[in-house]
This record gives sequence, structure tokens and C-alpha cells, in this order.
Amino acid sequence: MIAEIIIVAILTSSACAIPGVFLVLRKTSLMSDAISHAVLPGIVIGFLLTHSLSSPLLFVGAVATGLLTVFLSESLIRTNLVKEDAAIGLVFPALFSIGVILVSRYTGDVHLDTDAVLLGELVFTPLDRISFMGLDLGPRTAWVMGLIFILNIGMLLFFFKELKLTTFDKGMAAAMGISPVLIQYILMISVSITTVGAFDAVGSILVVALMIAPAATAYLLTDNLKIMVLLSILIGALSSVAGFAFSWIIDASAAGAMAAALGLLFLLAFLFAPKRGIVSIKKRRQQQKIDFAVTMLTVHLLNHSEAKEAEVENREQHLIEHINWEERFAKTVLNKAVQNGMVNSEKGILYLTQMGKKTAQKAMMR
Amino acid sequence: MSGIFSDFTLRTVAMGAAFLGITSGALGSFAVLRRQSLLGDSISHASLPGIVLAFILIGTKSSLVLLIGAAIAGWIATLFILSIIRNTRISSDGAQGVVLSVFFGLGLMLLTFVQSKPNASQAGLDKYLFGQAAALLPEDVRTAAIIGVITIICMIFFWKEFKLMSFDPVYGESLGFSARLTDIMITALIVISIVTGLQTVGVILMSSMLIAPAASARQWTNKLGAMVTLSAIFGAISGVLGATLSSLISNLPTGPTIILCLTSIFIISLLFAPDRGLISKLVKRYRNRFLFSLQKLLLDLYYLEEKHKGTSHAHDMKTISLIRNRQGNIHIALKTLQSRGWAEQTTAGLWKLTAEGHTEAIKIQNGGRNDS
Amino acid sequence: MSDLKWAIEAEDITIAYNDKPVVWDVDLRVPEGVMMAIIGPNGAGKSTLLKGLLGLIPLTAGQVTVFGDTYKNQRNKVAYVPQRTAVDWDFPTTVLDVVLMGTYGKLGWIKRPGKNEFFKATEALDKVGMREFADRQISQLSGGQQQRVFLARALTQEAEIYLMDEPFQGVDAATERAIIALLKELKNAGKTVVAVHHDLQTVSDYFDWVTLLNVRRIASGTIKEAFTPEILKKAYGGRLSFLEDRNGCPDTLEE
Repeated sequence: MIAEIIIVAILTSSACAIPGVFLVLRKTSLMSDAISHAVLPGIVIGFLLTHSLSSPLLFVGAVATGLLTVFLSESLIRTNLVKEDAAIGLVFPALFSIGVILVSRYTGDVHLDTDAVLLGELVFTPLDRISFMGLDLGPRTAWVMGLIFILNIGMLLFFFKELKLTTFDKGMAAAMGISPVLIQYILMISVSITTVGAFDAVGSILVVALMIAPAATAYLLTDNLKIMVLLSILIGALSSVAGFAFSWIIDASAAGAMAAALGLLFLLAFLFAPKRGIVSIKKRRQQQKIDFAVTMLTVHLLNHSEAKEAEVENREQHLIEHINWEERFAKTVLNKAVQNGMVNSEKGILYLTQMGKKTAQKAMMR
Repeated sequence: MSGIFSDFTLRTVAMGAAFLGITSGALGSFAVLRRQSLLGDSISHASLPGIVLAFILIGTKSSLVLLIGAAIAGWIATLFILSIIRNTRISSDGAQGVVLSVFFGLGLMLLTFVQSKPNASQAGLDKYLFGQAAALLPEDVRTAAIIGVITIICMIFFWKEFKLMSFDPVYGESLGFSARLTDIMITALIVISIVTGLQTVGVILMSSMLIAPAASARQWTNKLGAMVTLSAIFGAISGVLGATLSSLISNLPTGPTIILCLTSIFIISLLFAPDRGLISKLVKRYRNRFLFSLQKLLLDLYYLEEKHKGTSHAHDMKTISLIRNRQGNIHIALKTLQSRGWAEQTTAGLWKLTAEGHTEAIKIQNGGRNDS
Repeated sequence: MSDLKWAIEAEDITIAYNDKPVVWDVDLRVPEGVMMAIIGPNGAGKSTLLKGLLGLIPLTAGQVTVFGDTYKNQRNKVAYVPQRTAVDWDFPTTVLDVVLMGTYGKLGWIKRPGKNEFFKATEALDKVGMREFADRQISQLSGGQQQRVFLARALTQEAEIYLMDEPFQGVDAATERAIIALLKELKNAGKTVVAVHHDLQTVSDYFDWVTLLNVRRIASGTIKEAFTPEILKKAYGGRLSFLEDRNGCPDTLEE
């Protein structure tokens, strides 16, 4: 059974990771937050009508409310009466509230309660099985998420070029006859469907973690869109397995632990990513600060190379007083410049070497 | 349940919700104007692990302790978000999405971990998810009142600075005010007001208590002071209404009920606010269009007369509507012209301009044509 | 030149965003009582330099003095007029309220504007011809009116130096004339005006000093000294066609 749970977890996180990449790149991550809250009333109404969590009607209802969120937010923004962030923040809490009230008033003791809404029931997913002619085919959620995963892959394969273009250059896309609005809605449909599918396993809010966190982590690790998609899937899968294992040990919500594991991976990338992690940024900035200061020194010397000025401006002491460098920093910079063969110092007056001159000129050409 | 007891509970609940509504409504104005609406959402989701951790570490369910935990978690989340935005290429929405969902997930994990422990002392922590106004104690109300008063005093004291730095922070800095300092102050007040509301509204929906009253109030006024006041009033009304309803009706969670009250106020504001409201705009547009068509009709009549060499000549409605493929009811337009004394109907039912209408048409032709 | 008193002296200013230099080692001296234009192609760092002078962004290197003292100590003598597009004009506030903000600097923290400040604000509104708009909501203003409001706000600071970022960007001709008349009035009263400017055609009509900037300082001096075709060519690079084409759009000068 644990194997089945893990399969469900991996399929769910992989399916979520795909639309997440584009949400992060398009700077619309919070749309997934909005949609994941807003699909609740759709699911609940579908559930109240069919009394089953597996009816396709739930998907229809949820996708409809998901798209309704997008539509309502955009309409609100278009009235110019509220700003974008406020518009989103007005729509989804209202829809979510309707959902929660419906759950607590009408579903009562049935399968669907507020805990399930928030947490999902990953551990119980193997209990709900699909069988065909008496043959057990496995957990229903595994099939559903597998299907959604394939759908999302399909969207990638079919629309990769369009998604890429509308994400990075809307104007160009429109000029080439690709409608950014259409692609936007295709993406939002994918987000809605994935959210509903993942609802069983991880509940309605943690879907956001599964969508955004892997993509954001991958974004810190690579510049290549295809690799970013693959990395996101990998990160999602890895942390869902790790999260589940941890939750099994401490006996806590699997979905919560999966989100926490994603957070841990993100934190690691945020701190230690080879090029974009904080540590390497800080190190690089320190190095660049000195390199930059050396270049700046050459520019300064070049700008004041006319003889009369030079005696005042190009003294070592002047660097400290006027360029406003600390003495120690100025010394470091000066040593580095002399070491690199860009500057000569004679009796406290600094002269550019030929190489230094070139460096300065190149720097000013930008 | 005796009547006196329910009265007392209701009063507590209503007062708590009122203080909460006032605080969050007033501060929400600044959150919305500074485009920090969704930051509020992140902060409130992110406060959950703080609540549970405070419970685990200190072992008390005293709301004050838990709320301090919530405030610390919310503040850490804010710092994380800012640091991600500043140091990476992930945009603010991505940073908020990650921090919000991960913190919330962590909170849920801890919550379920605590709940799985055999002793039942943790019961009631999950009221922080959707809020439970009925569980408010008089001391909670007192806390809310004190925090509300402190918040409002801060706002009064630093009113000038908050306004300046929300409108034009760069200019404000050039005057010698510190944007960093006011940012920290406003964000801290937002965190505090969010945290006060967690018991009543819950972590998931608390951000709406900031956004909805402010967005509603903005529609009714163009002055910051009035907006903040109105927003506080809207917050208080919905708070009291929602909390009372949910206390009286079973299985009606408080947070969502308050949010729906707020949403109703917002929809009403959006539609009916004078000047900015959608209906008022629609009316204005139709009135302008009607005035414009009146002027056109006047000119049409004028040109018809000109064609007939200035002799006062009456025309039937059909001719008039034929000059241009005019849509809409020409009859009403003609009647309006008549009521203004610019046109008159002959006994034969034909229409012609009066002398006044004639001068008016010339006036329009000379002056009003520029912008058409 | 040695008898000139310097309102602003900036030495060896370098400003870099994440190691990308926007302003490279610029020296700038603004004599007291002049009207100086800072011109240069797009991306030359004009606005950045202005903000650097005001201490609104950190200097990577260099230092600024105002009337011989640090900017911090002389803040009350400097008024800044930011770009009009930098703020949200849908903010719920009135024209008078915005203009009053100019008095906040001298008031300091917490203290409220009183009668005196209201008087100053009204007077400033009078000067820019916007008195009857005092109670107007700011979202109802045209571009030119917005710029006048910003100018009025700076006037209430009663400063010695006025630093303006593109004051003529997107304003109507009448406003442009009104603003320039006001600035000349300020100059006649001995104040110093420095404005980032875009329109090369009007430089010599409006200003008496000019600084050409293209990441580094190309030239700085009186119009006669520094506003010459050779220097302009150096600043803008390529073929500069504005002298032939008087009606050309100044933004398309670079080829």
C-alpha cells in the first residue's frame, strides 16, 4: 500500500510541477493560489449534486469556478476601480468562503470535511480503487493524476513554442498570430484541472506549494526552459517522497510534510545554488566589488590624466578622501591594480599603464 | 442555554469582531494603497506554524502567547519574501507563493503532528484555520481592544508620514523621512492586525479583512482620511454581522461568513458608489451620449432649414430621421428639444426650430464642434 | 570661474546597480544661481545622477557637497521634483494635500502642518496657477496640471536649489511656458535650478548652463562652452541630425 501512496504522491507532484513552471515565469504564481482556493465551491457543488468525489462533474464544476476566478479578477482590474493585487485578493476569498460554508453546512459527516479540504487524504487514496471486470486496477487517484500528468505533458508538447513565446515576448507572439489570451486560458485550464485532481491527495491550498515551489527552486538552478521543466518534476517528486516518508515517521499530515520538504529544497537552492544562491552571490559581489573598483580606478585616472589635474587628483591620498573609499579598501584596490599591471605608482602619484588605459576605455564604452 | 448567557457570549463576540474590523479596516487602507494586499495573504497563511510552534514550545493555549508566535512567524515570512525578491530573479508573486504555501504546509504538518499526540490538550488549535468567534473570551476581546487602540494611535501620530510614504516614497526620502522605517512600521502594524484577527477569522481568510473593506471604502471617497474611517466602519459592520450570524447558526464558520458580508459590501460599493461606481459611470455615459445626440439633432434641423434658404420650414419626423441613419428614439429627442424651448411642433405635427433653437444651433456649430 | 560660488559640488561620482555602472566617475559643479540642464541620450544615467546627488540611491564612490556641507546637513536647502509618472495618481488625496507634503520636511516627524503651512501651500498653488484646483482629486488632473502640482509642492519647501527630473515630459505647451517662467523667476531670486531635460531644441532658450552626460560626463559649462555641435556629437554619438531638422522628435536623435 505504501508503494501505491508513493506512486500517487509522485504523480501528483509531477503533474503540478508542469503548469507551475509557466506560472512562475509569467509572474502569475498567485493565480494558482487564487484558483486553488476558488475551485472549492465547484468541487463542493459537484459533490452535493452527485454525492461522490469521483464524478467527472466535480471536474467540470471546479474548472468552471477556476476560470471564473480568472475572469472575475480580470474584469475587476479592467474597471480601473481596484488594483490588480486587490482584485485577486477580493475574488478568491469570497469563492473559498462559499465553498467552506457549503462544506460545513451541507456535507456534515460525509467524506468531505474541512480537514479534507485543507489537507487532502493522501494516505487514504489507495482505499478508493478502480476495478475493471473484477480486475483490480489500483487506486483511482493514481489513474486520475496519471491522466492529468499526461494531459500536462501533452500541453507541453503541443504548445511548447507558444507557451515559451507568450511567456517571454507577448508582443512578438501576438505579431506571429499566437493569441496570448488563448494560451493564458489554456494554461489556466491546466492549472484548474490539476488543482482539482490533486485535491484528493493534498487538499486545496497545498497545491500551491506543489506548483510554485518546485518551479521556483528550478528557476534558481537553470536558465534552460526544458531543463527547468524536468528539474521541477524531479524536485517535486523527490520532495513528495521525502515528505511522505517523514510524515509517516512522525505521524503528521503527508501533504503538509511534502510542502515542508519542498520548502527545505527551495531554501537549500536559495542559499547554495551554484550561480544564483545567496552564498555565491555574496561571494561574487565581494569579488566584483574589488574588480569593479579597480576598473573604476583606471577610469578615474584616465579622466584626470591631463597633467595639471593629475598631480592633485591622482594621488593615493585623494582616493581615500574624494572617492570616499575606506583606507583599507583603497589599499586593497590599489594593490590589485598594480598587481594586474594596470597602474604604476611613482612618489605617491598614480599613472595608468597601457593596459590600464585599455581597460578604462573598454569600461566606458560599455 | 439561558438567555442571559447567550446574550453575554454574543456581546463578547460582537465586540471582539468590531474591534478587529476597525483595526484591520483602517490598516487595510494602507495595505491596499501600497499594493501590499497579497502580502497580507502571505503573512496570514504563514502565521500558522508560529501558532503551533508556540503551543509546542510553551505548552499553553493562552491566545496571547499563540498570537505572539503567529506574529513572529508572519514577520519571518515577510523577511523571507523580501530577501527572495531582492536577491533572486524570482518575482514578488513567486516569492509570496513559495513562502505562503510552504509555511502553511509546515503549519499543517505541525498541527496534525500535535493532534496525533494522545493527550487532548491541543484541542481547539484548529479554530485558527477558519476562525471561531463563539470561542472568544472576554480577555481576547480585551487584547483585541488594546491592540486596536495602539494601532489607531500609531496611525494618528504618524498619519502625515504614512500618507507621504504611501503616495510618494522617493520624494519623502528626499525630505529626510526614512522609507525603511515607515515600511517597517506599516508592515509591523499589518502583521499585528492580521494576528489579532486569527482567532475570529482564521489564517486562510484573514487577508480579506484588510483588502475588502479598504477596496470598498475607496469607491465612496477621494480622501485618505475618509477612506480609512469608512473602511474601519465597513470592517466593524461585517465583523459584527458575520460573527453574530455564525454564533447564532450552527455549522456556520465565522471567517467565511464575515468574508461574505465584506464581499457583499464590496459589490454594493462597486455598483452603487456615487461618481466611481459602475452604475453611476454607466448613467454618466448614457447622459453624455444623449446630450450629444440632442446637439446633433438640433444641428440636423438647423441644416435642413439652411437648405431651404433660411425660411422657417417645418419637417416631418421621417425626413428628419432620414438625414442620418439615426438610431434610437427620435421622438424622445424631439420632445426634449421642445421642452427646452428649442423646437416646436406645428399644428400639422411637423417639427421646426424656434428662434432660440436657431441661436443655440449656431452656438454649437461655432463652439462645440471642436471636440466632436 | 574662480569667483563662482558652488551650490553643488559632486566629485568622482560612480553609481552602479549590481556592478553595472550607470554613472561613471562623474565630477559635477553647479554654480549658485544658474539654470542648468542635464542632457544626454536615453540610458545615459541622467535621472540616476540626480537621485545620486539627493542621496536617494547609494553612491558606489564619490561624494556630494551642497553649499560646502554634506547633503544631509543641507537637506532643507534642496527641493526635488520627481518624474510625474513615479506616483500613483489614483491615490485618494487632493491637490492641496499633495502640495502640503512639501512642508513636511521642515516639520519633521509627527508634527502636523498648521495654518502657516496651509498658507504656504496655497501661495504655491497660486504661483503655478492651480489655486482653484486645490480641492480637486488628483486623478482628475491632466499631465500638465500634475506637473504644476509637483512644482508647487517643491516651491513650498522654500529651498535654494531645485532638482527636477524631466519637468517637461508630457506636458502641454502652456504648462511648459508657465513652468519655465517660474523657473526663471526662481533664478532671478538667486535660486539654483538643475533639470534633467530631453528636448535639445529648447536647451539654449531655457537654460544658461548645461551638463552633457553619457554614463560619464562629456562636458559641463555655460551654454556657449558646452552646448556645441562637437560636444553634442560626442555625447550622443553617431550622426546627430537635430541641427538640420528643427521639427524632429528629440527622442529619435540617436541613429
